[in-house]
Amino acid sequence: MTRHTNLLAPAALSAGLLTAAPAMAQSLDEKVNEVFATATGPYVSFIFSNFPGTNYPWIVAWLVIAATVFSIYFGFIQFRAFPHSIALVRGDYSDPNDAGEVSHFQALATALSGTVGLGNIAGVAVAVGIGGPGATFWMILAGLLGMASKFTECTLGVKYRNEYDDGTVSGGPMYYMVKGFAERNLPGGKFLAILFAIFCILGSFGGGNMFQSNQAHAQIANVFGDYPGWITGLVFAVVVFLVIVGGLKSIARVTEKVVPFMGILYVGTALIIILMNFDQIGTAFGQIFEGAFTGLGIAGGMVGALIQGFRRAAFSNEAGVGSAAIAHSAVRTKEPITEGFVSLLEPFIDTVVICTMTALVIIITGQLMIDPATGQVILNEAGTAIQTADGSTGVALTSAAFSSAFGWFRYVLAVAVVLFAFSTMISWSYYGLKAWTFLFGEGHTKELTFKVIFCVFTWIGAAASLGPVIDFSDAAIFSMAVVNIFALYFLMPIVKREMHSYLSRLKSGEIRKFA
Amino acid sequence: MSRKIVVGFDGSDASRRALDFAISRAKAQGDSILIAHVLEWSPYSFLTPNEIEERHKRRQEELTRAKEAIIDPVVKTVEAAGIPVASVMKYGHIAETLCDIARDEGAALIFIGRMGNSGLSSRIFGSVAGTLAQVAPVPVTIVP
Repeated sequence: MTRHTNLLAPAALSAGLLTAAPAMAQSLDEKVNEVFATATGPYVSFIFSNFPGTNYPWIVAWLVIAATVFSIYFGFIQFRAFPHSIALVRGDYSDPNDAGEVSHFQALATALSGTVGLGNIAGVAVAVGIGGPGATFWMILAGLLGMASKFTECTLGVKYRNEYDDGTVSGGPMYYMVKGFAERNLPGGKFLAILFAIFCILGSFGGGNMFQSNQAHAQIANVFGDYPGWITGLVFAVVVFLVIVGGLKSIARVTEKVVPFMGILYVGTALIIILMNFDQIGTAFGQIFEGAFTGLGIAGGMVGALIQGFRRAAFSNEAGVGSAAIAHSAVRTKEPITEGFVSLLEPFIDTVVICTMTALVIIITGQLMIDPATGQVILNEAGTAIQTADGSTGVALTSAAFSSAFGWFRYVLAVAVVLFAFSTMISWSYYGLKAWTFLFGEGHTKELTFKVIFCVFTWIGAAASLGPVIDFSDAAIFSMAVVNIFALYFLMPIVKREMHSYLSRLKSGEIRKFA
Repeated sequence: MSRKIVVGFDGSDASRRALDFAISRAKAQGDSILIAHVLEWSPYSFLTPNEIEERHKRRQEELTRAKEAIIDPVVKTVEAAGIPVASVMKYGHIAETLCDIARDEGAALIFIGRMGNSGLSSRIFGSVAGTLAQVAPVPVTIVP
């Protein structure tokens, strides 16, 4: 019975608000926004502060250095093991008697549906809108390097997960920090785990939630005309509530099935647009390479392009953040390292393929204003971003780019954005919940508390304007990366041992294909 | 010579008819019966993070339920008829998995029932009986 009252309450509330409140709506938006910006401002500035005397944020260096270190330490495993990763996903190495357990493909698809989202559509538009075409180059590079970070964290996620008597599992950085540090006789594992869990909860409210509902609202408003964000927020909050609290599996299941097709449709359409403008491909790549090293006149020059590219790649594929380690840890496998191999495909699909498509379409359809005389970009009046063809930014810029080729695509994109946003929220509600239960223990009331707070942030996210939301999203997620990567440096010898053992057995034929 | 008959069994009326027919044939020819229960499963379907976490537990539950509710009662029936019987439960694509079972077990025949759908759905999605008739490694008996 309690479940029924739970479900009805927000619905009745929303109906009341919808009829009573249109007059106060705009001011409510502004109010929420103002409070939000003041509350999160100092934290955001700290995370994105520059190295003293430079304009290079330390957090971006932190991520890229980590990805580079892992790439070198594991001998560029992302390229060496790429074919083997594909064979694993295809099920070539899966024992037919294990059918019915979660397959590598399913783990990958679920983890991907958590990362493929608005970062790929809106985030990339923000990156090239500020960092210019050159940001694309750095984004791809960061994606390729990030594959090694993902490999490291997901292997550890599976190796040190908790398995319970009832057959369920819980895993993620919290668990490998505690168990892995204990195994290596290092102090501080528990402390790191708690710190990570706190940031993970904040990240699940930010990038995994508020940013999603914010951009979903932006896209809906862009297509169907402007209206107050709190309405979208409320609808989203109620639907998310129904799924994660009410256990309405059908919605989640439909989303999980439609999202991959949306992803394929998105990449397919992007490819068609790129081919339609094939005479522009050379120019576009010229701009990307030139912009990567000169900046083409954007604010901050080459470093500006690099920072935007790296930032977006990290935000989109979450390599080094530790979230994927939570998603992958539930897989049944005798070899934790196989999950590492599978997970390294994620940044590739997410960043190197999908993000690059978005960037190419924006560049190739001429959305960024370029002065034909000098070949440099034209900045907006404030000098902070590049002027676009119709003045749009974020998801609206992507929408404008796709619609310039196919007018109807804005509607497809609106649906895709809503579904991507939704599936990402569902994934992040799970990540956040795992961190929450790690801190506070499992139990119905405790879990319900988290879920209700999560839904409140869904609502706030749509009402706040893009600036403070995207900054807070980034800050929270990057904070996870600070703690996670710190731990990975100490635990990477364990992964290396696993890797050598597995690869030598693979070579000797001890590990062989089924069928 | 005693041969092994694989009977695809899912508890439906159609599969019961197939089993009854298999019992009568086995009696007449001195064959043994292998009751095969396949749980439809694709490694390429999509799951939510929650479903992934609970999958191992659910799988155990599904297998236990299938064994208790579907397999065990009919195994007794076949034993009572005095025919050597064994059972197997697997996850996978139903027709393909039945073929795999027949091949692995060295079976001589596959018996299955059919639902008798002649409509649009079986035209689009195909039927287990139709697929088996096309791809089975051994003779297939389809019981109406």
